Amino acid sequence: MKEYFFSISEKIMNCISSDEHITLSINGENSEFIRINNAKVRQIGTVSDTEFSIELIKNNRKIGISFTLQRNTEKDLELVMKHLQVLRNNIDSLPEDPHCVIPKDYGSLDEEYKGELLSSKDSISALLPVMQGVDLTGIWASGDVFIGNSNSAGQRNWFSTETFSLDYSLINPLKKMVKETYAGTQWNQSDYETFVNLSKEKLLMLDQKSKKLDPGSYRTYIASAGVSDLVDMFSWGGVSENAIRKGRSSFIKMRDHKQKLSPCFSLKEDFSSGIVPRFNGSGEIADIELPLIINGALKNTLVSTRTANEYKLESNFASEGEYLRSPVMGEGSTSEDDVLSQLGTGVYLSNLHYLNWSDQLGGRVTGMTRYACFWVEGGQIISPIEDMRFDDTIYNFFGENLESVTDKARLNPSVGTYGGRDLGGVHCPGVILSSFQLTL
Amino acid sequence: MNLKEMISRLDINADWIGLREYKENTTYHVIRDNNPLANETEIDHGVMVEVLKNGQFGYSGTSDISFNGIRKAADMALESASKASDHSIFPFTKDVRPKSQGSYETPIELPFDSLSAGEINNILMSANDWLKIDDRIMSVTAMAMLVETKINYVCSNGSDINQRMNIVGSDYSATAKNGDIIQTRSDGRSGNQMGLERFNQDLVKEKCEKVSSQVIELIEAEQCPTGTMSLVLAPDQMMLQIHESIGHALEIDRILGDERNYAGWSFVNLEDFGNLKYGSDIMNVTFDPTISNEMASYGFDDGGFKASKEHLIKDGTLLRGLGALESQARSDIPAVANFRSCSWNRAPIDRMANLNLEPGASSFDDIISSVEHGVYMETNRSWSIDDYRNKFQFGSEYGKLIENGKVTKTLRDPNYRAITVPFWNSLTMVGDQSTFEVHGTPNCGKGEPNQVIRVGHASPTCLFNNIQVFGGA
Repeated sequence: MKEYFFSISEKIMNCISSDEHITLSINGENSEFIRINNAKVRQIGTVSDTEFSIELIKNNRKIGISFTLQRNTEKDLELVMKHLQVLRNNIDSLPEDPHCVIPKDYGSLDEEYKGELLSSKDSISALLPVMQGVDLTGIWASGDVFIGNSNSAGQRNWFSTETFSLDYSLINPLKKMVKETYAGTQWNQSDYETFVNLSKEKLLMLDQKSKKLDPGSYRTYIASAGVSDLVDMFSWGGVSENAIRKGRSSFIKMRDHKQKLSPCFSLKEDFSSGIVPRFNGSGEIADIELPLIINGALKNTLVSTRTANEYKLESNFASEGEYLRSPVMGEGSTSEDDVLSQLGTGVYLSNLHYLNWSDQLGGRVTGMTRYACFWVEGGQIISPIEDMRFDDTIYNFFGENLESVTDKARLNPSVGTYGGRDLGGVHCPGVILSSFQLTL
Repeated sequence: MNLKEMISRLDINADWIGLREYKENTTYHVIRDNNPLANETEIDHGVMVEVLKNGQFGYSGTSDISFNGIRKAADMALESASKASDHSIFPFTKDVRPKSQGSYETPIELPFDSLSAGEINNILMSANDWLKIDDRIMSVTAMAMLVETKINYVCSNGSDINQRMNIVGSDYSATAKNGDIIQTRSDGRSGNQMGLERFNQDLVKEKCEKVSSQVIELIEAEQCPTGTMSLVLAPDQMMLQIHESIGHALEIDRILGDERNYAGWSFVNLEDFGNLKYGSDIMNVTFDPTISNEMASYGFDDGGFKASKEHLIKDGTLLRGLGALESQARSDIPAVANFRSCSWNRAPIDRMANLNLEPGASSFDDIISSVEHGVYMETNRSWSIDDYRNKFQFGSEYGKLIENGKVTKTLRDPNYRAITVPFWNSLTMVGDQSTFEVHGTPNCGKGEPNQVIRVGHASPTCLFNNIQVFGGA
């Protein structure tokens, strides 16, 4: 698709007038999806999707359109020209935007990652046999994903990758579950079967009656997958400079009142793993690393160029929505082998579920415990627990109650498929908290 | 070439084949702090090809809408169905894709081309002025969303359905600051099937004046008190309450376990239908895609099943679930027409459409005057519920204290938490038609691969007793 996109781009750029600025984008996928329930096929199919976007700027006015390409050069070029004309017909009637971002050439990136994927004709026969004998429910997604953009200043970016993921839950007769994701770019049948068999062994740990906890505060360990959900909240009214300025961020306390998180907590944007494109939707290229919170102190926020224009700041080429694209949380010193003994008596949470700000300005998050969560006494797992609701602030659980951080950050891959297959994920370790508020 | 002609030309060794062409234009106009933030249109267009072979459906979504593109997609869908048919969760038959013919169209007063993009921007710019009435207001936003959806569905059994929906959404919001207190009040980001009559200037001004005056109230207000007390929910908070603690819990595909790796399971079991006392005797809930102007109204679902109004909960007893014909075949629970997909690139699953709480007999004044100590809440701002749809915690933008039968002070940061069945059994009064409002949200997420879909929820004002209520951090 790279040649296809840049070929169309070139034709469009050649017909832009001197008072027009334009950014063209493409994103798409060729994917196989298999939805599995109880180790059987619930739904199966393929999707080939390509979305093309045009953003036109003229006299500080901006208008945009995105549409589905048919992947037929003649028809698509006709479609692109038709939609460009619609934008031209409407742009003069719009108000001026004083913060409008004029596209520039910041240099170009070209990254293509080839994988070794399971052939779709083999997917059923390779995936299903090791699942038999256990209630496994989940989603298989495999194929290529591509993103590109170009602009009238001459910038050209491309990123494509071939990936697979099997995101699944194993469920026992007591309705307790273990959650796993097997994801990568190089399919290895033996490695896959070992992975699923290991998760079957984890499920055996849940074959006991669950303990019902009373609401209250508990010493708590949250494993990497749960921590990634908490870090994800920072993308939603957290680390965005615009959200801070507009009064809609949990980080306002850090900015205005110099409140700090724990010295054990550090977070950065880090694109060095190469699993997501370093360029944003406008083609701007972020630095490889951007420290956000260092030893509990807010160092930087995510600043898009439009926000920079609005508040006379320097852009760090964040996405327009100023959300985290490649977050990495700093590791600590606690070995994962020592987590139970250091926890002593308390709650071990493998996963969290359905998080939301219950008081965004106060930094308070509510959500549920889910999957393999246990009651621990004297450094030993005693029993699973019944699901509990938590409601606590980032200033507590990443602040004064953050006792220690484990020494291994794991990648929690993004397997979301709203609109298209997500890329990337959250790199983070587990955390031990001296106190965590369970409320219902 | 039209779809009927295409399907007649497809030569494929399948038991059934269906083509669903989906074209949706969505336009957003946003003005923030008197500057344009977005003037963007998304056009999503493609065809979903579904094939049934040996009891297994296979699908292929393609944006290549030429005959060759459709033929290639049909071959891929057949290959998928064939290779999976020995591993099916259930052996489906053609009965789950009934023969249907018909059409549906949203009734509208003002068509989408009755206002230009520039004119809509001007209205939203005026809205910004109406919102920014006080220097303590830090930021204001006005948003318009216009959606036009066209679906054509044809099948090898002779089905031929054409549907056209016009959906309009809007929001007007203001954020204000008073010392360390920052509050945001909005119009609820709701939507309906309708035309551009939604942007009547007097109507927009009225909404903005309410938002701006109430955000000033909020920055001067006390925190919501903590305690167990009476809770009165306005229709725009009931929308979320119905959605999360009734709608998702009653989805049959969820009860059958399809969703356990994502959104979760349900506390409801198949044997609960006809038996479970879900709520108090005054609780009546209907599935109704036939209401004019509600967000998820349609004539047929995406499996060709004709839509009709059905009681899910009657006099507090659970009667029926939210499952379409595939779920009916798997569960023996009578179907409703809720087999829906978000686009051409996703296969349909059981979804909510319009899910409504029917009006009762109490006026707003009756409800308030019956409360000795409680809180009234408007407009959802926070939501979270467990994967079995039991333990929820929701918050609202705007609260009012109720003391000795009268609404007194404004309250900020109101929240409440409860467990689904005890909560609905504490439903004490249901508002009458004069309190009934029709709302909708475009953001219901579910399914693997994920799908976000539009749903409608209509409700009167309701009173619940003995609920845990609390304030902010």
